Amino acid sequence: MARVEVQNVQRAFGDHKAVDDVSITFEDGGFYALLGPSGSGKTTLLRMIAGFEFPDSGSIRIDGAAVETVPANKRRIGMVFQNYALFPHMSVAANVAFGLEVSGQKGKDVRRAVSEVLDLVQLGDFGKRRPHQLSGGQRQRVALARAIVTKPRVLLLDEPLSALDKALRTTMQGELKRIQREVGVTTIFVTHDQDEALSIADQIGILKDGRIVQSGAPEEIYDRPNSEFAATFLGDANILDGTVVEGRLRLDNGAVVALPLDSTQTSGRMRCAIRPERVRLAVRNAGGRAEPGATVVWGTVRRRLFSGSFSRYAVDCGGSELQAIAQRGATRDLAIGTEVELSWDRRDLIALS
Amino acid sequence: MIRASAFLPGLGRFYIGLVLAFLYLPLVIMAAMSFNASPFYQLPFESTTHWYVALANDDGLIAATFNSLKIAILTTAIATVLGTAASLGLFRYEFTGKRLLQALIVPPIAIPWLISGTAMLIFFFGTGIGRGLHAILLGHVALALPYVIIVVSARLQTFSRDLEDAAASLGASAWQTTWKVTLPLIAPGVIAGGLFAFAVSFDQFVVSYFLATPGQTTLPVEIYAAIRKGFTPEINAVSTIIIVFSMSLMLVVSRFFRFGGDH
Repeated sequence: MARVEVQNVQRAFGDHKAVDDVSITFEDGGFYALLGPSGSGKTTLLRMIAGFEFPDSGSIRIDGAAVETVPANKRRIGMVFQNYALFPHMSVAANVAFGLEVSGQKGKDVRRAVSEVLDLVQLGDFGKRRPHQLSGGQRQRVALARAIVTKPRVLLLDEPLSALDKALRTTMQGELKRIQREVGVTTIFVTHDQDEALSIADQIGILKDGRIVQSGAPEEIYDRPNSEFAATFLGDANILDGTVVEGRLRLDNGAVVALPLDSTQTSGRMRCAIRPERVRLAVRNAGGRAEPGATVVWGTVRRRLFSGSFSRYAVDCGGSELQAIAQRGATRDLAIGTEVELSWDRRDLIALS
Repeated sequence: MIRASAFLPGLGRFYIGLVLAFLYLPLVIMAAMSFNASPFYQLPFESTTHWYVALANDDGLIAATFNSLKIAILTTAIATVLGTAASLGLFRYEFTGKRLLQALIVPPIAIPWLISGTAMLIFFFGTGIGRGLHAILLGHVALALPYVIIVVSARLQTFSRDLEDAAASLGASAWQTTWKVTLPLIAPGVIAGGLFAFAVSFDQFVVSYFLATPGQTTLPVEIYAAIRKGFTPEINAVSTIIIVFSMSLMLVVSRFFRFGGDH
């Protein structure tokens, strides 16, 4: 269990700055996701915390002690690799026992620790199997058991679920969360999958081009993204451009809407975001006026994407297209070509920097 | 895809027969003649073990055989250890000049042994190493090393670096990682490399011929000298023993290790 502090860490490969002046703190016992597209530097950052790569500058501290020059085998971290990296010539039990045995532990203690941790990952009866006799999900569990049996200070996971199919991935996300809570180890989880990051982590750091663009709780980042990248990478967002005029926002398609609630801007260009599920759809002039405080934009339904419990509409609003999600049942399905009015609560409009 | 069973009965089987005959017929004839009484390959065949008895009394040939075995085994041990270590070094580490080094490892295989032998003779003479079994051993190790490095490096291509990282993250030192993870997994490559080293040394005539001193030679050199004096079926006898020995060795090894593929 430990707190990990990354301070002003840089790492370049040739001219390419893989990690560019990153500072982030991982609190003791927290479950963190490092989220970013490929090439954003998230894996390099993880590998530097693990000790497989070393920073060109900056410091990495585990429980206050600088480790940036300490080799991996002396850091007391556990790591789960994308391809699991199980030792193919050893049984499941031998894989799990490896970390204990190289540190000089022997016999009964090792056997007990191995069987306990295999029970924890629900593979109690699989000790004698070889990795190639296991399914992807089972290998994943063995890799996790092997990484936590040594009681590491930090658990690092490098896209551990990306090789699994969707149903299994959802199960393993739950499992991972349960095991992390039971073990209580500080966990850093690298992924490019936004849904995975949102559902699994207590805290998310979004990376782009080697920098952390935003970090915080999943709800906080989702509801208050600070940039267009954060808004569109974590979830979907309609991006609205306009000009602030007389305390209102004149969108480039001509519609005039209320300013975001927290905006203090009085003039000039402004870029905002609105989540598709925050956009309400109604047939135009179907009756009544919009609620007070709501903002109304008119448009025509261009496309509808049916997704079972909800439908996703693409609405043409004077040249710019807005996405809206409507729960089925709550609203009638709208046909293509329907004239609609889009509205939202001004509290849901997000001002982007 | 053509089904093998449909294709084989015709041309395919004939072709395989031809290849096998080409490979083995001369060896079979030689082995047969080692049991033939006539020293001039005359038929009818008259069975005898005379040449094997004569061989047992031929001190020169026996001493040369043991020299050859000794040198081949030492060459295998030294070249396999050095070559595997070099391959691991090239696999694990980035350093300046690495590409140049890698590029320089392969070409010696293409240099005719006659030229390598001449170069070694001059070099060993100039540096005071001189000639003799120790010089032959040095020469053979130098000839065998590139083979070991190429074969072991090829095996390492299929070895995931993540496995070494995983071992390190679990607290294993570089030494523990090498012994418990890397070597067991690249063992088929290491053994294949060792076999190459053995074959290069045991087969070696040209370089050995240049570096041998009159009293201390290896088997190929001794056989060559014997043939120049006049061919005797004892040569057939010793060759037959060696063929049986090396083929058994290869069969045993290939039974335990399927080369190239994964477990």
